[in-house]
Amino acid sequence: MNLLKLAWKNLLADKLSTLLSLILFSLGVGLISLILLLNHQVEDKFERNLAGIDMVVGAKGSPLQIILCNIFHIDFPTGNIPLKQAQGIARNRLVEKAIDLSLGDSYKGYRIVGTIHDYVDLYEGKVADGKLWEDTYEATIGATVAENLGVKVGDTFHSSHGFSEGFEHDDMGAFTIVGVLEPNGTVLDQLVLTGKESVWAMHDAHGMEADSIPLEEREVTSMLLFFNNKMGNVQLPRFINENTDMQAASPAFEMARLYSMMGQGEYLLQRLAAIIIGVSALSIFISLFKSLRARRYELALMRVSGASPLWLFVLIVLEGLIIAVLGYVIGMILSHGTMEFLSGYLSEEYRYDFTGWLFLPDEGKMFLGALAIGFGAAVVPALLAFTTDISETLSDG
Amino acid sequence: MIQVSNLKHTYNRDTSIIFPDFELGKGEKMLLLGQSGCGKTTLLHILGGLMRSQEGEVSIGGTSLKSLGSSEMDKFRGRHIGIVFQKPHFVKSLTVMENLMLTQKLAGIKIDKSAIWKLLDQLNIGHKAESKTNNLSQGEQQRVAIARALVNEPDIILADEPTSALDDKNTYEVIALLEEQASEKNATLIIVTHDNRLKERFQNRIEL
Repeated sequence: MNLLKLAWKNLLADKLSTLLSLILFSLGVGLISLILLLNHQVEDKFERNLAGIDMVVGAKGSPLQIILCNIFHIDFPTGNIPLKQAQGIARNRLVEKAIDLSLGDSYKGYRIVGTIHDYVDLYEGKVADGKLWEDTYEATIGATVAENLGVKVGDTFHSSHGFSEGFEHDDMGAFTIVGVLEPNGTVLDQLVLTGKESVWAMHDAHGMEADSIPLEEREVTSMLLFFNNKMGNVQLPRFINENTDMQAASPAFEMARLYSMMGQGEYLLQRLAAIIIGVSALSIFISLFKSLRARRYELALMRVSGASPLWLFVLIVLEGLIIAVLGYVIGMILSHGTMEFLSGYLSEEYRYDFTGWLFLPDEGKMFLGALAIGFGAAVVPALLAFTTDISETLSDG
Repeated sequence: MIQVSNLKHTYNRDTSIIFPDFELGKGEKMLLLGQSGCGKTTLLHILGGLMRSQEGEVSIGGTSLKSLGSSEMDKFRGRHIGIVFQKPHFVKSLTVMENLMLTQKLAGIKIDKSAIWKLLDQLNIGHKAESKTNNLSQGEQQRVAIARALVNEPDIILADEPTSALDDKNTYEVIALLEEQASEKNATLIIVTHDNRLKERFQNRIEL
């Protein structure tokens, strides 16, 4: 019959109060942990995919949409831009490197991106099997695409128009998979990469004027730009937005805007979690305090049997700590379970992989916080137990 | 075994009670009689080390209670003094058996389940060992309280109105058990009561 066991039995003796405290505590912990997990993984994905891109040029429209579509591949294109104009921008002396992207088709929900090999280098993509695309209708696919669709080098497929399934270009030439990339946690994992010529060929064949469009009249969806000088960030957007039909979007600026929008919701959720934890601490305090009054004779009796005041203090504190530790563990299971559950939905919806099997250092700090709250809620009742006068208590009886 | 001398207690600054001196040897039994409000419980709490004496001296087995620090007092009480209270209270979340094990543990004695079983059987409540104390009748609860006072084989047993809540039948049984167990363990027994039913059973009496 050690202290821990006795504390546990005391908690079990008042199951409803204990359950209420536990539910509140674990909800608060779970909510905070879930916010941390989501935040960490979203920002981590975003940071990795930004890959030092200074500016994206696309068709006129929402700059945030241009960023989401062309860097993270989660929104729709704003339209197309003339290749010639885009190349004009790329030749500016402030531009060090430019990568054009041609979007618009997909293969079973995975986006087909017509681009150049620099795009793979940008994300340090490595070929796991086969090679990068060379000729028209050759494609190199990301690791997630290969895994989820069960396709491999040598397989062929028909693309679909748009980003959802259906509308297959059945009558067109089929793509041949010539390579599969290693998984590397970037947007490459969920893309089908090919040359922009393949995207053009697909759409030319669609219309009548096959092979007849001169290069000057070709269009791409966007161009990713890298500057060799910070002045590029100042000069180029103004020039592009004022003098061309194109729209310049700064990833840094748009992401800051997006984070601040997300931050509002995150802030509210965090406050809510803090309130829930506060209420649970109050619930622990009240139930200990209440049970202390009901148990004052038994506490006095333990003193009569030889227990020191410190022993009673530790007993009550332990009751608070047990709820805190259990609440923390249940909260963690809730948040990581929810995350793992959500990851299926998120990867379905956005083609991004999330996981519940990630533990953050902040969650370790949360454990210490949980202990502190459990202790804080129990310390006043414990002090009362510590200072109870046995003789007075028993005379009341 | 126990010596009481010059004991005096003052309530609310002006009401003082002077307790008679007495001395009991090992295994002796005594009844302290008095009406309510005469300081019976105060005396018992001083004898049991639950309350410090303001004036005068109590010594048990040669140890002066005054000389003990507060944690030494806790240990001494757990080890050497068994107390039966007017109303039995227990740790409600525990069974009868667990309550008695806790009593051994708190006194720093090795937990001995077979000794507890033997004691419970002698008190005719062995069949209640695994019950929660709330589910026992008054008489059964008082027996468990006696078991708790006896389980650490104390040198001295103090009983505070142990029979006031009991009917005649249970009263005689409980008192008989207390006497019997005290004799068997050779413990000194002091019963504080205003219950006249007990008067004739004890030759050794002090009126407060």
